Amino acid sequence: MFVKAENLSYVYGSGRLSFRALNNINLQIDEGEFYGIIGHTGSGKSTFIQHINGLIKVEKNYGKLTVGEFDLTDKKCDFKKLRSKVGMVFQYPEYQLFAETVFDDIAFGLKNFCPEMKEEERLVAVKEAMESVGLNYEKYKDVSPFDLSGGQKRRVAIAGVIVTKPEVLILDEPVAGLDPEGKRDFTALLHTLKSKFVKTIIIVSHDMDFVAENCTKVAVFSHGEIIAEGTPKQVFAKEEVQNSGLGLPLTSFVTDQLKEAGIDIDCDLTTSDFIEKVAETLQERGDRA
Amino acid sequence: MKDVTFGQYYPTKSFVHNMDARVKLLLTIAYIVAVFLVQSFHFLGFVACLLFLIVATVLAKVPILKMLKSIKVIIFFIVFSAVLQIFFNNNGTLLAEWWIFKITDIGLLNAGFIAARITLIILGASLLTFTTSPVELADGIESLLYPLKWIKFPVHEFALIMSIALRFIPTLLDETDRIIKAQKARGADFESGNIFKRAKALIPVLIPLLISSFRRADELADAMDARCYAGSKNRTKYKKMKLSYRDLLGTILMAGLITGVIFLNKFYIVLAVVV
Amino acid sequence: MPLAKLENVTFSYDKKINVIKDVSLQIEKGEYVAVIGKNGSGKSTLAKLLNALLIPDKGSVTVDEYSSANKKQLFEIRKRVGVVFQNPDNQIVASIVEDDVAFGPENLGIPRKEIGERIDYALNAVGMQEYRHSSPMHLSGGQKQRIAIAGVLALKPEILVLDESTAMLDPKGRKEVLDTVRELNAVHGVTVITITHYMDEILDADRVIVMQNGKIAMEGTPRRIFSEKEKIKKLGLELPLAMRISEELISRGLPLKEGILTREDLAEELCSLKRKI
Repeated sequence: MFVKAENLSYVYGSGRLSFRALNNINLQIDEGEFYGIIGHTGSGKSTFIQHINGLIKVEKNYGKLTVGEFDLTDKKCDFKKLRSKVGMVFQYPEYQLFAETVFDDIAFGLKNFCPEMKEEERLVAVKEAMESVGLNYEKYKDVSPFDLSGGQKRRVAIAGVIVTKPEVLILDEPVAGLDPEGKRDFTALLHTLKSKFVKTIIIVSHDMDFVAENCTKVAVFSHGEIIAEGTPKQVFAKEEVQNSGLGLPLTSFVTDQLKEAGIDIDCDLTTSDFIEKVAETLQERGDRA
Repeated sequence: MKDVTFGQYYPTKSFVHNMDARVKLLLTIAYIVAVFLVQSFHFLGFVACLLFLIVATVLAKVPILKMLKSIKVIIFFIVFSAVLQIFFNNNGTLLAEWWIFKITDIGLLNAGFIAARITLIILGASLLTFTTSPVELADGIESLLYPLKWIKFPVHEFALIMSIALRFIPTLLDETDRIIKAQKARGADFESGNIFKRAKALIPVLIPLLISSFRRADELADAMDARCYAGSKNRTKYKKMKLSYRDLLGTILMAGLITGVIFLNKFYIVLAVVV
Repeated sequence: MPLAKLENVTFSYDKKINVIKDVSLQIEKGEYVAVIGKNGSGKSTLAKLLNALLIPDKGSVTVDEYSSANKKQLFEIRKRVGVVFQNPDNQIVASIVEDDVAFGPENLGIPRKEIGERIDYALNAVGMQEYRHSSPMHLSGGQKQRIAIAGVLALKPEILVLDESTAMLDPKGRKEVLDTVRELNAVHGVTVITITHYMDEILDADRVIVMQNGKIAMEGTPRRIFSEKEKIKKLGLELPLAMRISEELISRGLPLKEGILTREDLAEELCSLKRKI
């Protein structure tokens, strides 16, 4: 499923106290992307992602938004069905857990979206979701989610979103508060999900190294507008982004410095490619010398 | 959810903001008394109260829109009370009838009267919270309740609890908004079904909210301890309450309002007798 | 004499599992110390022991000459060791900035006039003087956290403990807070202990303490700590990205120097390599 916004705007409040959170956004996110969204707090990125699964509705005359076969501007749009196809993981998702057991919490979405589902089918779906986030089904299904560690709670919350097999998964700062190991594991989990479960991942992140390493494409939000869009390489090369105060990935910073010193490194900003190209270029020079 | 403004402070500098919190508290109570003094159907009394409120709002430099938004929260309550009056009042001339419900002229008047009364009280109370920071409010209450110390009432703690509760209203509203959205994203439906179904739908919101409130309370307690909080003993106050000419002026205006309302009540009787 | 001292401190929340096990530690005046370790390694407990929010089961915590074992001296310690926590929303007590900053001094029974001076000092130190009469609710995360720091500074502490105080902030807010803390350390001479997962904050410290399972696993300058690569990995921590990349480049035969920690180092080293060639 693709996501396509055309001249999308959104205004909070009204009259003199109003605030324009989105201003004529045009953006297309294709199926299969690992799409990064970056920007300062208040830049409009949260407002934008909440539009994608209809948590914030597109107001009349404020542009058009389509997600796969769903036209969100259409009054007859089936938002419930849309939400089962577009999963959303909020910041600190462990704070949304409520049920007595891990099983019940994860099954919550299933019961809402597919009430007619048979018990056995539900069991299978929950088991699959738990195992895909790395939680042992037998060991944890009857445990209270509140007795788990922070990292495990977060996994339960994510299982509770992917259990309905969404095609698009949106995550808002999913690694916030995790330790380095937790972050590493979580990043690996995202790639597993991407290869097995969901088709598209849209991720809001403040970590530029993460974005450069993992995202196929990036959009940069600033004051309700998109100031840059494209591959990490294209985006971080833009002056507006360099001056935005969001910071640069290490690979982009170093290639820029090398360029100033007269060495052109043409890499895609992932560390592996960076190492490859730097070693290649500098060794070649050494060989020549 | 973001538009909810009841119970929030509106920081600016104004005549009313600079008044003594204790005086404002007492005047608010007096104002509520004035609203209650208005006898049935004597709407002129309400007009007097409204005039007073408008003058106070202008002096407080609080935008009218913000004031009106404070009613939004309890609009359901106002309508509900008014509807009850309409349907369950059988006195007066019958205007319309449907099943067991009868609409009478007195019922309608009563409904308008109740709605006006609640609206005026809420507006007055919001003006107090708009112009008085929770800390001032708590200090004011603490100071007014001071005599209760003699019967071992924990005045300081009571006041602090109140001010912290007020301080956390917007934070918890934001949190509620977030949890509702998170559960909606998982297919929760808060809008359809009968009242029981809806109440049940709230469980996935209320439990996380409760847990997060406990967590916040825990963290806040640590933060207060870390800043050497030890109850009211040996505590000083940075903000000192001082009476000024403003408080005198406010009190005079209030005296005027109450006299006015009483006069208007009497005036109606006179009017009624004359007619 | 060290400013603060932990001697053989052991602590448990439930009298069963020790969260801190026989830890000894000294903090010198003016230091900038980073405490790192996996979640659950006892870092936050350490912070609370340092300012007497928690009292050790065994061993002692002393700040200046005061001991947290002595109940009468708790406030002497809390006055000297200020803690800023992770969530700015959960540590602001009042609805007006200056009232919140005044909260600490009020608790100490400081006279009105001096509280006013302390508010001036604290808000100036964090660069938030112009927000004195605003409501913290309308500030950004970074600004709220600076107010929380000001609230602690108003107690005139000698040590400022930051317990993951930048974890919930965006890059801009994090930078604001870090700049503020660095200035407090450099200009005002405040001793800083920061508990963090962020690599740039770790590399900025004079000394790094690595916690594991309630014990101090490693201690030393960032350079020394990260020179023990295998040990760091075993502790579930990561090496600086610049270091990981430079190692990989070295293994590919590039003659880079050992111990590159920051991106600036890496860039410089690569540029100088070009010059050499």
